[in-house]
Amino acid sequence: MAKKTRSLTRRAFLVASAAVAGGVAFGYYKYRETPANPLHAGPGEVVFNPWVIVRTDGVTVITPRAEMGQGVQTTLAALVAEEMDLDWSQVRAEHGPAAAAYMNLAVAKAGLPFADYHDSTMKRVAEEAMGVVGKFAAVQATGGSTSMIDGYTRMRMAGAAARAVLLKAAANRLKQNVIGLRTEKGAVIAPDGQTIAYADLAETAAQIAPPARPRLKNPRDWRLLGKPLPRLDMVAKVTGTAPFGIDTRLPGMLFATVKANPRLGGTMQSYDATAARAMPGVKGVFDIGNAIAVVATNTWAAFQAAEQVQVTWGPAPYPATTEGIFAEIARAFDRPANSTLRDDGDVVKALAGATVLRADYHVPYLAHATMEPMNAAALLKDGRLTVWAPNQAPTVIRDKCAAALGLSAEKVEVHTPFLGGGFGRRAEFDYAVQAAMVAKAMPGTPILLTWRREEDMGHDFYRPGALARMEGAVTKDGPVALKAAVAAPSVYASQARRVLGLAPPGPDKILVEGLFDQPYGIPNYRVQGHVSDVAVPVGSWRSVGNSHNAFFHESFMDELAHAATLDPLEMRLWLMKGQSPRAVKVLEAAAQMSNWGSPLPKDHARGVAFCWSFGTPTAEVLEISQTATGIRLEKMWIAQDVGLALDPDTIEAQAISGAIYGLSAAMMGEITFADGAVEQQNFYDYDALRMQQTPVFDVKILQSLDHPTGVGEPATPPAAPALANAIFALTGKRLRSLPLNKQVTFAG
Amino acid sequence: MQITVNGQSHEVSTDPQTPLLWVLRDELGLTGTKYGCGVGQCGACTVHLNGQPVRSCSVSLGDVGGGSITTIEGIGTPEKLAVIQQAWIDHQVAQCGYCQSGQIMSAAALLAGTTTPGDADIDAAMGGNLCRCGTYPRIRAAILDAAKRLHQGG
Repeated sequence: MAKKTRSLTRRAFLVASAAVAGGVAFGYYKYRETPANPLHAGPGEVVFNPWVIVRTDGVTVITPRAEMGQGVQTTLAALVAEEMDLDWSQVRAEHGPAAAAYMNLAVAKAGLPFADYHDSTMKRVAEEAMGVVGKFAAVQATGGSTSMIDGYTRMRMAGAAARAVLLKAAANRLKQNVIGLRTEKGAVIAPDGQTIAYADLAETAAQIAPPARPRLKNPRDWRLLGKPLPRLDMVAKVTGTAPFGIDTRLPGMLFATVKANPRLGGTMQSYDATAARAMPGVKGVFDIGNAIAVVATNTWAAFQAAEQVQVTWGPAPYPATTEGIFAEIARAFDRPANSTLRDDGDVVKALAGATVLRADYHVPYLAHATMEPMNAAALLKDGRLTVWAPNQAPTVIRDKCAAALGLSAEKVEVHTPFLGGGFGRRAEFDYAVQAAMVAKAMPGTPILLTWRREEDMGHDFYRPGALARMEGAVTKDGPVALKAAVAAPSVYASQARRVLGLAPPGPDKILVEGLFDQPYGIPNYRVQGHVSDVAVPVGSWRSVGNSHNAFFHESFMDELAHAATLDPLEMRLWLMKGQSPRAVKVLEAAAQMSNWGSPLPKDHARGVAFCWSFGTPTAEVLEISQTATGIRLEKMWIAQDVGLALDPDTIEAQAISGAIYGLSAAMMGEITFADGAVEQQNFYDYDALRMQQTPVFDVKILQSLDHPTGVGEPATPPAAPALANAIFALTGKRLRSLPLNKQVTFAG
Repeated sequence: MQITVNGQSHEVSTDPQTPLLWVLRDELGLTGTKYGCGVGQCGACTVHLNGQPVRSCSVSLGDVGGGSITTIEGIGTPEKLAVIQQAWIDHQVAQCGYCQSGQIMSAAALLAGTTTPGDADIDAAMGGNLCRCGTYPRIRAAILDAAKRLHQGG
């Protein structure tokens, strides 16, 4: 996991001198020479894109990852600010433009089919190769809990490089050696106390060639990193002044909405907009392919008019009902597995002649249901398109909007405002392309396209429904065999077809992640994935494959423990020993925090679950109680090892956030289909945890590495199995299907 | 017609059936109030009408009449934060932040009517405000803290 540093630092450039928006910019770009590959000399390779802008009143750090709540822009800015010795009050963060320089290398590496806890030469070689692929794909994306993994070295290098030339500029001015100078609070300080602000040095500093390898601070000397920092977006977000995509306002702006085929992927056969066009405030109704768009003087008028457009929709390219869809998914079990990423020992032999358990599991399709519905603003003027889209993949947005309008990518500018939630939904580009097409229909007029909540609920790229067939064998000492098969539509293939136009062959890691890559030393252990080709659009949903597989795996581990009459937590610890000290410590911490095994009040019970995802082993213990009105979630203890904690307060917030997201889905999340359309409309039939249902949380963050691992997603996967296991402990009912509220009652 | 928002009078010519939310956002440019569901289910659009919390997506312009509306912009500004906003900052509540205007408006109404809210009061006042990031534990802590500061005059 520490390879990325090596793959990025062979040669480094600091490209400096641009004056950006009245400031002076320091750009830092690293690349690795591979002379055997001619594509390395491509024009997209040496990119001139700044990370650091010195202004008279402080420093703006370009933090090119989507701020969707995870605090990423604050911590990315802190990486730069630490190396530059800035005072935190001097720091601002901006997302910046879509650019190849901001590609995310870690996101490509995370897709490799290797268990993260098990480092191997083959894994390292593949990661090197994937770094190269990632560079050519040059996708700027926020996802896979990779922002800090990708940015940890890169952003510190950007800060250190800027500081190095600022020091040199000061040395030149003072006619002193750099050695005697130090930096503090955005200024260079000479031995005699003379202080020169960075702003006064910036212009000359930007002309100086930076060192090839700027020296990074020893983490011992950190003043900002490793401690809770006030988030840079907090004041704006509590005063209603933070600009979300939906808040984009431009002079002369009109407001739009769309109505797309509720049968996802189906065609639009005909429509009649006569009534809609006659409504007050309506400025136009347009055919944008598989949807109509209504433009009006305000969003409400557009919403009202869209409802009046009569459309004949074509059929869905998948079975029309939930039952039909799951029957199709189940048929994937009849075909050979395409992803056997774990096959230890001889599982078939081990299952013969032992105490065998068999269980089938089911999870439904899920929506992301971000608080801010899908939206984007666009303006086509003089052959150039500007798009304001709250999104997780700006270079994809740029390229897809360009293609839709027949423009070259250079003619498209993408702005990424704050995202009112992402969770993977905004890694897609559909809403932005729609806005671009409306802008094309009304050249010269800026439009803001906003989806109705109902459109958002019914036109997601859903977490796929999934089925699992679990088999295991135990002796009195614990599990001796575990055979898991999962069948689900492929998120990877669905996304790859949309973004690249094809799905490269090979094992589908996402389909089996959370199942094949867990640090349990079960001697006979096989995990297989069966891809189903149900064509309901599916996408990344916070923690992706782990979101369903942890439920399958950890619920079944609980079943195995009870079959062997072992304590479920002790059994896991025993299986982890010799596999991963990090996992052991995390689970031990959760046991200690929750006082696992201690007597509980009457009608109380605890459940435990563990999942290693995005580099971060996470254990959760949940205590629940039976009340007069139903089951109540009392308290959750979360222990996770994040490698290196760059901001413990933000990490705690993400742990709780991830767990609540997982609990919400486990308790009440379900997307169903009838007549080819999603049945759920709004929060009244697709709700989530509310204040009064939320347990108390206690989070412990462990650190065992010299670099950070993922934090945005790893707390989501264990939530569902921790709850289901607690319900088993409370009621004796083993719930193998989600959502749980179809089988038990929760207190409201 | 005239409406009064944050103490300021505005002349609006929008269809009186238009929900207040869209008048605030698209006509007056007060974008701090958010659209979440349009049916009073999520609370993102919460404002005060004559001091009472209402879902502005479900109140028509015509129904507002001469009532006095307060939005998040009227609670406090980055330069002059209200006590409740400072509590939100001190507890680092917001994540994506999209629901927080509505959360703060509901909490402000609670604190205007209760000096020492208990957990049950908070549950009752805040249950209509959905947060998909799961900031509830910090919202609760911030409300309790703000109540203390308001009650103790500081």
